[in-house]
Amino acid sequence: MTAAVMGADDVRRALTRIAHEIVERAPRAEGVALVGIADRGDDLARRLSAEIGRIEGVTVPVGALDITFYRDDIGMRAEAPEVHETRIDFDLTGVIVVLVDDVLFTGRTIRAAMDALFDLGRPRAIQLAVLVDRGHRELPIRADYVGKNVPTNPADDVRVTVAELDGEDAVLLEAAT
Amino acid sequence: MNDHLLSMHDLTAADVVRILDTAESFREVGTRVIKKVPALRGRTVVNLFLENSTRTRISFELAAKRLSADVINFSASGSSVAKGESLKDTALTLQAMGADAIVIRHSSSGSPLQLTRWVDAHVLNAGDGTHEHPTQALLDLYTMREKLGHLEGLRVAIVGDVLHSRVARSLSVGLVTMGADVTLVGPPTLIPPDAPGWGVHVSYDIDGVIPKLDVVYVLRVQRERQRLEYFPSVREYARLFGLSRRRAAMLPEHALIMHPGPMNRGVEIDSDVADQPASVIEEQVTNGIAVRMALLFLLLGGRREDAA
Repeated sequence: MTAAVMGADDVRRALTRIAHEIVERAPRAEGVALVGIADRGDDLARRLSAEIGRIEGVTVPVGALDITFYRDDIGMRAEAPEVHETRIDFDLTGVIVVLVDDVLFTGRTIRAAMDALFDLGRPRAIQLAVLVDRGHRELPIRADYVGKNVPTNPADDVRVTVAELDGEDAVLLEAAT
Repeated sequence: MNDHLLSMHDLTAADVVRILDTAESFREVGTRVIKKVPALRGRTVVNLFLENSTRTRISFELAAKRLSADVINFSASGSSVAKGESLKDTALTLQAMGADAIVIRHSSSGSPLQLTRWVDAHVLNAGDGTHEHPTQALLDLYTMREKLGHLEGLRVAIVGDVLHSRVARSLSVGLVTMGADVTLVGPPTLIPPDAPGWGVHVSYDIDGVIPKLDVVYVLRVQRERQRLEYFPSVREYARLFGLSRRRAAMLPEHALIMHPGPMNRGVEIDSDVADQPASVIEEQVTNGIAVRMALLFLLLGGRREDAA
């Protein structure tokens, strides 16, 4: 059974609120850069950047980060994981990096993302923004900005679609049968 | 993909695209200050080079190191092979030491396939006799796709000693798989008699072919591999088939000049042709590292069926 947890309007409102929260903590987004985790997190990061630009009239740098090479399950899955592109064309050193991802679940992706970031530079701070927090963390990681908290069972499937890749913004929860 | 990379015949067009796309991501790693990712931490890659090679061995070594794998270099001189150990015993030793991948170069065609029968490790063919050199072909495909945007329909001439060239064999197979239009050019003595069966054209006249090309791929004259005289003299070869300044000027504006190295300047390619902007010989080397990283990652990054 699949249920829509968020529609396109909900996603838009959540991103607008997160954009406001980011500039609340860092006025005029001074020294902030957004780094989205590919895929879909990078699309959300670009939208947050545009939203902050609209609110504050500033340009916030955006990058895309692929965490495949930093995963902790390489060699444990049947196929080598699919690789995406990392594109961060600004220096991370001294910057407040807001990591952006679609779903926060076990926290393992974020652990990998932080390792990847440190190979690229030394950020002043790392914060985490997610569209959905579905719980069931396996690592001591929490998000600074959350679009929506969604209670789930560990076996459920939470899927985020974005207009850029999937034609439509939505968050879908498929309950395990 | 299979467990091993032995021949370009093993790869479908979709496999090739996946390898090239993955290599694209690894090229970015090569531009970082810290040119290393932890993807293959704790894995052991053995470079078993029983025939001389500098660039392929170094390229594989760098690729494995940038993936954080442990690398062991094993060459014929100064090893137990020099004392007369057989390939099988060497292989079993490496197996017992827990090698996860073996990159093999050997002067006998088919030795990588033989190796797969003795060891559990993933085997990558880094050149076997006059048979195949698939990683070179893949890095060449990567370079062509990067520079020209596509592979399908590309008009490519492979010029020179096709008969003794594992590069020519692998590259022809790869290009045909990707839908390119391949012409082999060289003296009749150096074109394999079965070449028409590869799905390629054959020509003995380089000047007639050159004006229509997207890529001219110049092969090295392999004097060390020739037991017989296949052409009267090096000077005659250079005159009839060498990529001279005059011939390079006949190429279309956008065409690439490629060579697998090491070059015999003044024989198959004029020195200043090798150094002109259309020549992407150095990029071939850089791309080689990224392509080999992709191959090691795709082969070692999944779970072995029998290990489950």
